Order: sequence, then C-alpha cells, then structure tokens
Amino acid sequence: MNPDIILSIRNLKTRFFLDEGTAKAVDGVSFDVSRGQVVGIVGESGCGKSVTIKSILGIVQKPGEVVGGEIFYRRRDDGVQEPINLRDLDDRGEEMRDIRGNEIALIPQEPMAALSPVHTIGNQLIEAVRLHRDVSREEAANICIARMGEVGISNPEERMGVYSWELSGGLRQRVMIAMALVCGPKLLIADEPTTAIDVTTQAQVLNLLRRLQKEQNLAMIFITHDLGVIAQIADYVVVMYLGRVMEQGPVDDIFHNPQHPYTSALLASIPTIHSGTREELPTIGGSIPHPFNRPKGCPFYPRCPGFIPGKCDRFTPVPSPVSDKQSVACFLHSDAAEETE
Amino acid sequence: MLVFILKRLMLLPVLMFVFSIVSFILIQAPPGDFVTSYVAELAASGSSMDQVQIEALRNLYGLDQPAYVQYFKWISRILQGDLGLSLDFQKPISELIGQRLLLTVILGLATLIFTFMVALPIGIISATRQYSFFDYFFTVFNYVGVATPTFMTALILMWFAFSNFGITITGLFSPEFADASWSFAKAVDLAKHIWLPMVILGLDGTARLARILRANLLDELNKPYMEMARAKGMPEWKLVLKYPLRLAINPLVSSLGWYLPLIFSGSLIVATVLNLPTIGPLLLRSLISQDMFLAGTIVLTYFGLAVIGTLLSDILLAWLDPRIRMEEA
Repeated sequence: MNPDIILSIRNLKTRFFLDEGTAKAVDGVSFDVSRGQVVGIVGESGCGKSVTIKSILGIVQKPGEVVGGEIFYRRRDDGVQEPINLRDLDDRGEEMRDIRGNEIALIPQEPMAALSPVHTIGNQLIEAVRLHRDVSREEAANICIARMGEVGISNPEERMGVYSWELSGGLRQRVMIAMALVCGPKLLIADEPTTAIDVTTQAQVLNLLRRLQKEQNLAMIFITHDLGVIAQIADYVVVMYLGRVMEQGPVDDIFHNPQHPYTSALLASIPTIHSGTREELPTIGGSIPHPFNRPKGCPFYPRCPGFIPGKCDRFTPVPSPVSDKQSVACFLHSDAAEETE
Repeated sequence: MLVFILKRLMLLPVLMFVFSIVSFILIQAPPGDFVTSYVAELAASGSSMDQVQIEALRNLYGLDQPAYVQYFKWISRILQGDLGLSLDFQKPISELIGQRLLLTVILGLATLIFTFMVALPIGIISATRQYSFFDYFFTVFNYVGVATPTFMTALILMWFAFSNFGITITGLFSPEFADASWSFAKAVDLAKHIWLPMVILGLDGTARLARILRANLLDELNKPYMEMARAKGMPEWKLVLKYPLRLAINPLVSSLGWYLPLIFSGSLIVATVLNLPTIGPLLLRSLISQDMFLAGTIVLTYFGLAVIGTLLSDILLAWLDPRIRMEEA
C-alpha cells in the first residue's frame, strides 16, 4: 500500500437483513483515500453513500451488517507500520472507539438531529475531547473554545452554554465541524454536511471545510448528491449507484471526460447558466430499482442508453482502469465481469 | 427557572380553591344536615344533647344560611387549622388524619422510589435488547402486572405467606409498635413491614412505567444523535444513559403528577385488605358511615397531594428539559 494512502477500502459489502429480504446496501465498493486528499462520493439517495461511511466507522446498526471486504487504515503516527484492517476490530471495542472521533471524525448530515436538545453545546463538545484526551473539564473547555473560534463561531465562550435549538443552521453545522476537529483527526468524513442549510451558508461552510482541510492537510471523504458541491471541494470522485461504484477518478477527468453512461447522464442533468429559462432539464429515465428487487447484471442497465442486450442484463461489470487514475465498471469499456454468485 | 417555579406556585391557591369547592359539594351531598344526623347518632347511642348546644352547632356550621356561607365558614375554619369533628369517631379530624397522612406519604414515596428503581433498568434493557429473551420475559411479566388487580396480588401474597410460613403480613407495624410514639425502633419496625405493601402497590405502576420507557427509548435509539455519539467513540452503555434515556424519561417524569395521587388513592382497597394504617381505609369507613366532614377533608387532602405531586413533576421536568424551561419562563 502506497505510504500516502491512509484508508483503503477493498470490496466492501454491507447488507441489511430485513424481514422483506436482504438489501445489498453496499455491494463491493473499493477506493483509496490519501493524506491531504478530498474524496467525493456522489450518488442518488439510497445508493449506499452513507452506509459506506458508517461501515468505515463501524457504526452500522442492526439489522445492517458489514459482511465482506477489507477496510485498511493507517493509524496516527505510525506511518511506517503496516495498516490495520478495521474489520478485524470489534465495533464496540476499545481500539475501534479510540479511532472513532479521535482519528476518524464524522460531520453529520443534520446537525440539529445529531445534537442532543437537552445538553448544552459545551457539554457535548467537552465530552468529545474527554473521550480521547486525559484532560480536566476546564482544559477541555479551552480546547473547544479555541476550535469554535477557528471555525468562525463568534463569542465561543458564551456559545458553550447554549442549546442546539438556540443556534442558526449554519452555526450548528460549524459546531459539528468544531466537534469533529477537537481531537485533531487525520481523516474527516463529511456526510452531506451542506444539505440541511441554505445556499449562502452552504458556500460559507464549504469554504471553511476547504480551508481547514488545506491548513491541516486533512484527508477527507465528502458525501453529497450535489455535483456542483463535488466540483468545488473534491480532488477525486467516486460515483455510486445502488451500492456499487460505477466510475471513479480525479475530479477533472470525471467532469470533463466521463466514461460511464450514468456519470454522463448525471452531468447532463445539471442546469447550466447558458440554458434557456423554459428549457426542460435532461433527466435520467426510469427510477432507482427497489433494493429488494435489484436487476440482474449491471444495476444501471434498465435506465442506460448504452444497454447491450444479453450482456448487461446477465453479467455484472467490474471496475476496470481506463487510464492510470480513472476506472469504470461498464461493458462499453471492458468485458471484465464479476463471477456470478 | 425561578420564574417558572413562581408561576407554578401562584397557580396553587387557585387550584386548591376549586378543589375545596368540590370537596364541599361532597360534604353536602347526603340528604339531611350534619347536626340532625349527629343528634340522631347520639340518640341511637343512648345519649342526648340539649337544644342550646344543638343551636350552637347549627350556628357554627351556618346550617340555616345559604350554601356559600356554609362553605365560607367551613373553609375559613380549615384555613385556621380546625378540620372539624368526626361524627363517627367523636374525635377531631386532624387527630385522626395526622398520623395516617404521614404513613400514607411515606408509603407513597417508598412505592414511587421502588417503581422507578425497578422500572428503569427493565425498560432500558428491554429496549436496548429488543426481542431478546429478557424483553419477552418482561413483556409477559408486565402484562400480568398491569392486568392483575393489586388487591388480588395482596390477597394471594397474604394467603401464600400465611399458608406456607404461618406469618401474617398485614399492617405496617408489629403489634407492640402500633400505638407507640415515634422512635428509632419504631422506624426500623416500619421499614421491616413497608416493603410488602410497597411491592404490591408498585407492581402495577412498575409494569406500566417499564412499558412506557421501553417504547420511548425505542423511539430515541435510532435518532441521529445516537449515531453521532457512537461516531465520537463513546462506549455504548454510557451513551444510552446519557442521551436517549434523558429524552425518554421526560414522559415518565410528567406521569409523576398523576402517579403519585394514584398511589395514595389507589391504595384504598389494598390498604383495607392489608389493614394498613393509612388514609385509604379511613376514607372508606367515613363514606360507609356518612361521616361527611371526615370524607370531605380526606378528599381535599388527596387533592392537595395531587397538586403537590404535579407541581413537583413540573419542576423536575423543567429542570431536566431546557426546552420546557425556556418556553415557560
């Protein structure tokens, strides 16, 4: 494993065992995250983006379960050592908990729901520090206040004593960012961090994340369904559909030279400033199949313009390189298919 | 917080005024007036009362005046601490109620503490280990607990204790302490006896609270703040106790308001069955013998306990939940 890579996910599989059937939420996902790199995961709702990061953090709850694959992670300050496989650790065990929040931190989708309404902001921030650092309440409070200042929260001392519902959406998200940073993590995972806030605040939060990421040379996984946001923040893009990676590569290649029909269709559906006002936006025909009713073969074939009958509906394409950095799972590019289960 | 408490305190007199009217209506409910039945009672027991005394009594209670004057006379005597006379016992009501009220409150609080101490762990484990053996076991146990009338439980336990161990488990004191004045030894004796009525009275409430807590917790356990706390690296048990429990317990705390008076009044039949020296059996006896001033005073006392219970639960709730605190202040 390249020493720059701190997280390497190989063939990750997470399933949800429900009464109605088994949902393959994540079905063989692989990608790498390097030091100082922002990896954007993009896809429609229900494509397995969030479950992928929950699997990395080891917080998938029943009836969900990570059933296959490896999550190699290089722990802090041991760059020379071999990476460990997070799947070998007990999700609730001490070592995994020591990594969670400390080395790999999460910025959640909805800060309002992720904060307890009956505990003060300060209480929840201090807790995040004291779970991993052996410091007194006062010392922890000072760390938190400093971090709150860094993420652009004014009057941080005062804000320690307020409750989440007394803050604006933008401030709440800044609190979550401060909370993620209190222990100085190596890897930041942001799960649609700008979805719940308005557009102006979105831009501020994105700029803040970008600045912090650059300053601290953080590795970051950024999840969104918004391609515009991806273009602004990501260095590398992973396009997911129904639990599988359709295409991945550097952001410029994905945006200017998309290889997978799904990526092309997504990009075509972005409104541009040049298009006329009454013009209809291109959409992707059909809808996402139900997770219990996945099509056999390539999950995208029923909606795909390049569908090859007899092939796409029978075999599942596996990601194959199209250049040294970009790979695509599509029979239009390679015949490589997954062995049928 | 202080504003909140003051606001609630100001409501107290208004509530008590309304409840005192209800109690007075109860006193007035039986046909005939109190003095007439008193005289009849005296005559029945062979003694009598001269006309002057009767007139003095009529005057005292304002019996020849409109009801509101009678109410006024009654309530002003109560406010001065004179609860009146019990016909049946021929004793001042304050004397009759005093000791029993103390024991009622002690038993009520003991039951309440027992209920929460048992219901909390059962509810928490049932919710966090949903559909486990433990969960099913307590589901069955809880339904049995809710469905069995408490006096029935009391009777069964009494029979069981007597037929198997030859002991009687009624009362709150051993005979030698029943009429003794308060001492350390008497308190110890009380502690030895109180657990059984406490368990019997608390069974029903425990089952209910555990069910409510389980349902509330199940709602909270899937909330995003749980995921966030896990992502922070928090140990599972610590996180359950800190976040979802804090939120799930609010409805339980607000139920204190009605649960406390329910223990006091609901214990009537159980207390009669178990022959407990609490207020319940006294109320039953006063109603049977139409000792209306005693009955009215006891009902008013129940109202008072209910109001205090509600007040306490409101304050506790505001203390637990800042959202309520802010809203009301």
